[in-house]
Amino acid sequence: MEGLINAIVLFSNFVLIPGMAYGSQLALGALGVTLIYSILRFANFAHGDLMAFGTMFVILITWWLQSIGVGIDPLPTALLALPFGMAAAIAISLLSDRFVYRFYRRNKSPAVIFVIVSIGVMFLMNGLVRVIIGPNDREFGDGARFLIKAREFKEATGLNEGLALKLSQGLTIAVTFVVVIALFWFLQKSRTGKAMRAYSDNEDLALLSGVSPDRVVIVAWVIAGSLATIAGTLYGLDKSFKPFTYFQLLLPIFAAAIVGGIGHPVGAVVGGYVIAFSEVTVTYAYKKFLIYIVPESWEPESLVQLLSTEYKFAVSFVILVVVLLVRPTGIFKGKVL
Amino acid sequence: MTSSMRGPICFAIMAALLMIVGFGQSWSVALSIINLCLISSIMALGLNMQWGYAGLFNVGVMGFAALGGVAAVLVSMPPIQEAWTAGGWDMLWTLAMLIGTVLAVLGVRRLVPSGGLRIILTLVVLLCGYGLIRVFFDPAADAIEDVNPAKTGYLGGLGLPILLAWPVGGLVAAGAAWLIAKIALGLRADYLAIATLGIAEIILAVLKNEDWLARGVKNVSGLERPVPYEVELQASAQFESRAHAIGMETVEASTILVKLCYAGLFLAVLVVIMVLAQKALHSPWGRMMRAIRDNEVSAEAMGKNVTRRHLEIFVIGGAVMGVAGAMLTTLDGQFTPGTYQPLRFTFLIWVMVIVGGSGNNWGAVLGGFFIWFIWIEAEPAGLWLMDFITSGLSPESALRAHLLQGAAYMRLCVMGLILLLALRFAPRGLIPEPVRR
Repeated sequence: MEGLINAIVLFSNFVLIPGMAYGSQLALGALGVTLIYSILRFANFAHGDLMAFGTMFVILITWWLQSIGVGIDPLPTALLALPFGMAAAIAISLLSDRFVYRFYRRNKSPAVIFVIVSIGVMFLMNGLVRVIIGPNDREFGDGARFLIKAREFKEATGLNEGLALKLSQGLTIAVTFVVVIALFWFLQKSRTGKAMRAYSDNEDLALLSGVSPDRVVIVAWVIAGSLATIAGTLYGLDKSFKPFTYFQLLLPIFAAAIVGGIGHPVGAVVGGYVIAFSEVTVTYAYKKFLIYIVPESWEPESLVQLLSTEYKFAVSFVILVVVLLVRPTGIFKGKVL
Repeated sequence: MTSSMRGPICFAIMAALLMIVGFGQSWSVALSIINLCLISSIMALGLNMQWGYAGLFNVGVMGFAALGGVAAVLVSMPPIQEAWTAGGWDMLWTLAMLIGTVLAVLGVRRLVPSGGLRIILTLVVLLCGYGLIRVFFDPAADAIEDVNPAKTGYLGGLGLPILLAWPVGGLVAAGAAWLIAKIALGLRADYLAIATLGIAEIILAVLKNEDWLARGVKNVSGLERPVPYEVELQASAQFESRAHAIGMETVEASTILVKLCYAGLFLAVLVVIMVLAQKALHSPWGRMMRAIRDNEVSAEAMGKNVTRRHLEIFVIGGAVMGVAGAMLTTLDGQFTPGTYQPLRFTFLIWVMVIVGGSGNNWGAVLGGFFIWFIWIEAEPAGLWLMDFITSGLSPESALRAHLLQGAAYMRLCVMGLILLLALRFAPRGLIPEPVRR
């Protein structure tokens, strides 16, 4: 019996909690992609770099706050800086829309052109981030590190296995919860949210009913920029900030949005967790876990790892390709591109 | 300016730019740029076939180039006997198991009618195959990687001349392209883009982590060269006297001669591919391709097999990229999977095709030259610009040092700007596709 509890704790510590945190970060990113997709109707390749851009501003402001001694210990100072980063990400999104995307929207260009244009924006932001903050790893987390410490957990419960919950992980899950609820409330209940859903559903009908397209587009960018910055900052606090990693995050984020059903907000959230948990469970070594639950004579010799951790990104893509082939609309019936 | 004059003028400007580098910096630098320009042009030609002829949105150029690169290693490096005896046969068994599993899955999917049973059977076959593969693969990979890990630790290659690797690289990439096309070509443009981007990442992940294949991130260096070594040239008295006869230092003359040899080889490949591409574009097949691109539905109504043609062009384009990838590895003399990045190997090639003029082979070649030139020269230019901007700050200023350090990345911004400006003001590129009536 104790073996089973130990196994559960072990599993929670190495799979459940990291998976929840990573899934939340992906979900927030995928929400932004899905929103831009449903309003502007293209897959935004610049989203990963938008995350990096917003997070970069959060980091710069955080450093400045730290240098003048402002903080909200035990919470990380980055939370104070978050609104500034969001403002920066929103500003650059709106600028890119005004000077780049609007032209093609008015010309009714095909979606492919939008995607190529977003690649141009991606280059631009990628370069800006590297010029301003450099290509290297940046640390900006401070405040308390753990909500639950492994050693204290062991002492309190008398189990062999410890359970650790990092503050950044707890924060990620909590913030995602709040943000997702607020977003869904906004989309379902508020007037602007309803206008956005109408516009996404049928552009012509929405225009006839007096929905202002410019306003809808602006709101979409504002939400996407904010979500990108929140997701990026939480990811940076949880792991670390490196521009190239954020560029690479684009892949699992796309996978999450498509697996859930692109253009479908609930799908984006579910897709985020599906991708995160498949990455974590497939690359986790189950040896210790099995030792706790199987009889001694069955104990495995190898690590019992399905794939080595280097193939994490590959997992999300295999899922993506399978979903594209088997059910291109995703889990929740999203749009087919 | 008439449109027929546009191409020659653009190429003349490009030649002038390279001359300026030759006289201003050095001919050695100019030739290095030209060599990579030639390779980039070939990659751009490959992409132009897929995007320009057929409208296929492939963002997996990096994967094909890397496959070409690994082919160069597997063809030219000598085989490592110890590694083969240690695990070579088990590795072949693994391959057989893999093929067997795939065939079994395909068999199940063909024989069993769709429904719950088919899904369960497919999963069972997949799991059994996976288990069997792991049983053979794990010990084999470990055994191979344990053979002198500091120097080899991989199976080695076939020990054949490296020039042979270029067509082989093309074949390997074509095989991968066929597989990808079978899986992903049915998808609409955005999905195809995302799928190819992901598949390229998977190819790179495999090349980085499967050390038994080509040493992964430990890199294989010291590849055989198709051209003489500088040291050998310098040692030859005949070469020395000839170099002095045209008034050059021996060392300088040797590096330039080596680069010229490479340039000649690359140019030959470019000319061959260009001639074939032009012939294909103007053949009935090329016309059919463009018809499909411009209006898929009506082409299909005329009885053209759209899926089949798309498959063909995807494979051909992938093969061309693979050849270019093998050439690049040959030029570098080493295979370094860690250096393959989507920005440099996929998206930069896209900028080349878009800026040069998609649908026009001359445009793709020009784009390859022009964009690579800017990519290289933007680095010193960005540094110079940043130095100028920050000249008001004191030399010890931390901000200035930081900005100067980041200046090298200005070229990413420049590329983004060029792409956006081209799309906005010259969406058909520097040399547009001729409108045929």
